[in-house]
Amino acid sequence: MLAAPHALRSYEYWLFQYKRTYKGSLVSTILFPVLFLASMGLGLGTLVDQSASGGVDGRSYLTFLAPGLLAATAMQTAVGESTYPVMGAIKWVKTYHAMLATPLGVLDVLVGHVLFIATRILISAGIFLAVMTLFGASESPLALFALVGALLTGLAFALPTIAFAAVTENDAGFAFLFRFVVTPLFLFGGVFYPVEQLPVVLEQVAYVTPLWHGVDLSRDLALGTATAAGTAGHVLYLSVWIVAGFAVAARNYRRRLAV
Amino acid sequence: MTEPDPAEQLVHARGLTKRFGDFTAVDGIDVDVRRGEAFGFLGPNGAGKSSTMRMIACVSPVTDGTLRVLGRDPATDGAWIRGRLGVVPQEDSLDLELTVRENLLVYGRYFGLPKPLIRERAEELLDFVQLTDKRDAKVDALSGGMKRRLTIARSLINEPEVLLLDEPTTGLDPQARHVLWDRLFRLKQQGVTLILTTHYMDEAEQLCDRLVVMDKAHIVAEGSPAELIGQWSAREVVEVRFAPGDHEAMAGKVEDLGSRVEVLPDRLLLYTEDGDAAAAAVHERGLHPVGLLVRRSTLEDVFLRLTGRTLVD
Repeated sequence: MLAAPHALRSYEYWLFQYKRTYKGSLVSTILFPVLFLASMGLGLGTLVDQSASGGVDGRSYLTFLAPGLLAATAMQTAVGESTYPVMGAIKWVKTYHAMLATPLGVLDVLVGHVLFIATRILISAGIFLAVMTLFGASESPLALFALVGALLTGLAFALPTIAFAAVTENDAGFAFLFRFVVTPLFLFGGVFYPVEQLPVVLEQVAYVTPLWHGVDLSRDLALGTATAAGTAGHVLYLSVWIVAGFAVAARNYRRRLAV
Repeated sequence: MTEPDPAEQLVHARGLTKRFGDFTAVDGIDVDVRRGEAFGFLGPNGAGKSSTMRMIACVSPVTDGTLRVLGRDPATDGAWIRGRLGVVPQEDSLDLELTVRENLLVYGRYFGLPKPLIRERAEELLDFVQLTDKRDAKVDALSGGMKRRLTIARSLINEPEVLLLDEPTTGLDPQARHVLWDRLFRLKQQGVTLILTTHYMDEAEQLCDRLVVMDKAHIVAEGSPAELIGQWSAREVVEVRFAPGDHEAMAGKVEDLGSRVEVLPDRLLLYTEDGDAAAAAVHERGLHPVGLLVRRSTLEDVFLRLTGRTLVD
């Protein structure tokens, strides 16, 4: 099967393009964790840690918050990279069409782009982890495992988003996605407090979202509280989103690009 | 049907059909393109030219019929065929954020070519399309004509056997069009087979050895520009102007002077083998036209006869 090397050619393009344009996004990639860890982790954290509860589950608020924010960062990077760039590659810049005039096929184009989005997720999660360490928010080298959690979280959002972006006709849908999916998940998905604090109905909703699984997985991995069963459950659940998202994306790419 | 010789017959289509749902874009066309020729698809918008090109480019799956490109089946050997084609799409697909040269570098990598080879070819191609002094400029800053030339350079990075051009000069100013034609003519001299779509008749006459006229998903005529003019028009056309409103009445008085007469709102077109003789006859009959012009018949006359004068959007 020749598909693998062909997909790498598409991946190579996106990497090349990123090397030429990364400076624009780098500042915000670093600033986001600094701002959140400073204001929420240190500012709000002082208040939480001094309260009767004395932190969250016996840890400082900053330590609790940081791995959750790591997963949320992965989600935001993933959705950002899977919306406008995908639509642009189809409708505006037509990068996909240029690729499809060469030996690359539709699946190569898709897989190459997904590989690049995975790379972008790892880059922002890696930067986040570095900032986290500077803030003293990672207790042990175990935090490195949280990168795996962040990657899976990101991909669980990236693939369904790509599938959506490949068929949507204009970018108004993306604003909707950010306002009514990404932001609510960010606020209610267990990043800032355990979802047990929510009313029961919302708590049940949170358990269904991939972000909560990503947050819980990253947190358990970073804090060393992971259990085999819990980790397997989270990984499996996120994988379902990734695999199903890929299947729908592949179908949508064919319908959109090979007509 | 005898098997085509893939070495000489680069495109071989029989009953080639493309349907989108209930809409038939290409309805059972037969096409053969031979090595080294410049072959054109002419037709109004929506005639099925681009759909045909996309099937030949192995991007759009064939709905029905047979298609062989370079002797192979696009359904099974699409990647192999695409590796030997050059494609100049109707709409530019250049990366605006990269430089002129970088666009060639990334495109060459899609073909799996080694970087040193791509760098070498990029310099040659930039020279060929006269963009060497723009090599480090962002594509965003280029004019329309420069972008088209860069797209042509890009399509040649894999040294293709066949170059597919979908309306290569649409939207360009006359200078840019002539530069482009000159480059395409040189490619043809180098032995590259050209397949192009256009709705510019002068472009087709300049570039094409052979062409087909498509209308409403069918091929309605086929041949060299001269053959098509011989078959569907006459050698010369006399354009006769009378006072507005008189043309319908005057048509009857001159129709025996040519093989065909066409009434337009502002003039009569008289198709004839000898324009001067017909013009003299018009005067001899004492018809006193306000204006009279003898001209050579062109592909445009053929085109309008075959596809009609009704506006197609």
